[in-house]
Amino acid sequence: MKGARQVVESLIKENVEIMFGYPGGVLIPIFHELHDSPINFILTRHEQGAIHAADGYARATGKPGVCIATSGPGATNLITGLANAHMDSIPLVVITGQVSTDMIGNDAFQEADVTGITRPVTKHNYLVQDIHDLARIIKEAFYIATTGRPGPVLIDIPVNISNSDCEYDYDKPVDIRGYKPVYEGHPMQIKKAAQMIKKSKRPVIYSGGGVILGDASKELTEFARKTGIPVTTTLLGLGAFPETDELSLEMLGMHGTYYANHTVNESDLLIAVGARFDDRVTGKISDFIPNAKVIHIDIDPASVSKNVVVDIPIVGDCKHILQELINIVEKPDIAPWIQEVKQMKATHPLYYDTESKKLKPQYVVERIYEITKGDAVITTEVGQNQMWAAQFYKFSKPRTFISSGGLGTMGFGLPAAIGAQLGVPDKRVINIAGDGSIQMNIQELIVAVQHRLPIVIAILNNGFLGMVRQWQQLFYDKRYSQTCIKCAPDFVKLAEAYGALGIRVDKKDDVDEAIEKALSITDRPVIIDFTVEKEENVYPFVPSGKTVKETILRELA
Amino acid sequence: MEQYVLSVKVENRSGVLARVVGLFSARGYNIDSLSVSKTEDSEVSVITIVVHGNDRVIEQVKKQLNKLIDVIKVYDHTNIPAAQREIAIVKIQLTPVKRVEVFQIAQTFGAEIIDISQKSLSLQVVGHPTKIENFIDIIRNYGIKELIRSGRVSFARDRA
Repeated sequence: MKGARQVVESLIKENVEIMFGYPGGVLIPIFHELHDSPINFILTRHEQGAIHAADGYARATGKPGVCIATSGPGATNLITGLANAHMDSIPLVVITGQVSTDMIGNDAFQEADVTGITRPVTKHNYLVQDIHDLARIIKEAFYIATTGRPGPVLIDIPVNISNSDCEYDYDKPVDIRGYKPVYEGHPMQIKKAAQMIKKSKRPVIYSGGGVILGDASKELTEFARKTGIPVTTTLLGLGAFPETDELSLEMLGMHGTYYANHTVNESDLLIAVGARFDDRVTGKISDFIPNAKVIHIDIDPASVSKNVVVDIPIVGDCKHILQELINIVEKPDIAPWIQEVKQMKATHPLYYDTESKKLKPQYVVERIYEITKGDAVITTEVGQNQMWAAQFYKFSKPRTFISSGGLGTMGFGLPAAIGAQLGVPDKRVINIAGDGSIQMNIQELIVAVQHRLPIVIAILNNGFLGMVRQWQQLFYDKRYSQTCIKCAPDFVKLAEAYGALGIRVDKKDDVDEAIEKALSITDRPVIIDFTVEKEENVYPFVPSGKTVKETILRELA
Repeated sequence: MEQYVLSVKVENRSGVLARVVGLFSARGYNIDSLSVSKTEDSEVSVITIVVHGNDRVIEQVKKQLNKLIDVIKVYDHTNIPAAQREIAIVKIQLTPVKRVEVFQIAQTFGAEIIDISQKSLSLQVVGHPTKIENFIDIIRNYGIKELIRSGRVSFARDRA
């Protein structure tokens, strides 16, 4: 079977229903085979859009995202998307075309050393040098991307490999001696953890993206309910535990709630599940959790004791381990602690000026939450829009918050929304965006129009690159160097030019009507351009490298 | 900073060395010595890496090495009984008058003469890195024209 045919056959065998990408010279043989395949191919307008869409699809569905791009510039346009998926452990299989094997290294037209460039931003990558390896490599790629700590795997396929022939065998089982992920947690460690939990007086659960990736939300919730221990989640962990639950402390970290950060800081036991102690979570690392022991459940041994010394590491799949823990754990005696936590929640809620007549971005997010009854899939861009979405939309289900966490990629939200909407067609997908970020991949709007995807793009338009402006205001004497977007397109007209619906909202009173109108549209995307308060800041704010004690709670008068 | 010796068993494939050394360069670590070669199994290579660092970073690098798909196993030879060997070849400017003196030094170190001319003499010495350092220090007095050293190999000894 021809190499190009083998690629498509293999994708079908891996149950790939949708893939994203962009053709190019060295990919013509593969596209020739894709032309009449059952795979729904989504032609994006930029390769970066393709990989973010595949990423959004993977986050929304739990299935691996698949995308394809041509050699040279096609492949280099994928780099941000690879790094993004790599940081957030998103399973992707990414195929790139490569020049013919006899041309590699000769500076051929559209040649780039793609396995070289992508090595640090992929979980693994391959350059196919022999047609006989092709099927095995594709099978391994899917296996590696989706097992252990997931991540992106890239396969670079030279055009002559696509054009050559060999017998096709996809049934041989994967056997990689250097890659044997551990799933079962060590029983002794689990037992020790249960004992430590029982003895704790001030425990807190710190749940990360791993709980969502590992489909362990149900177990996490059961574990929290059984033990009565409060739960805070990271940005990527939002939705793993219902934020409406009284045990929820919502998000922790730089822009986390006061009560999440203080509960963690004053705890005597931190139970980390599928989280990696990112600097945006810990703040100043030497002052983080001064009195707490740490139990760390994670599938990646390299995450354990990387930033914070762990007392009881349990390496394995969190779904498994949480179930084991539920079976043996006893409820600790923590009534006074819970009282204290409740008190903190009551005295320091998330705050913004709700009385203001002006249109506040937080208000927009709150209304989106109320009107969608918390049932939408929210994607975000990066910056203030992302933090307000995380704070003021209350997430209750896994895979409903899709955001670029580790890498912080502006321009992620729109293509991710496209991927998510294609993956979960019965859900409403809303991209909460900023006027800066949305312009980074706005070309993908036409893809949503083409496929009649009813994505709502809520631009919180403040005329600034708001998060950097906020830092400049607070730490750099209000010198707004290059953060004021002095010239922006008319987003309503832009929507119309693309064949989408555009709505502008300047007044608080018009917010509900606009959101309801947008949600009534089911055959095309809608941009709502919310002209919000220009210099609104995200609070609480634990400045970079500081401790929770230095949290800025609200605007200083 | 302490010196660490890692012996990494890997798949003998193109690109694997780049993955391994990439973990060091990405953290700004300069590798002091490196050697790579096939083992008794032609599909397996051993990479011996000597690097300066601190416990925390090396621990993280070891975990990251273990995560690489093409890495079969990582052994830390820093604090275990292991035979560590290097080769050095040194060319010195030497008139026949002083040859006997140098021959005696060579004999002491078990060094082998691999080239000899009217104006020069080339010696090869094999052994523990400390022995090689000592040899070079002594031979330096005769004027080194050229010096090359191999990467280190490290072989874990069986316990008695």
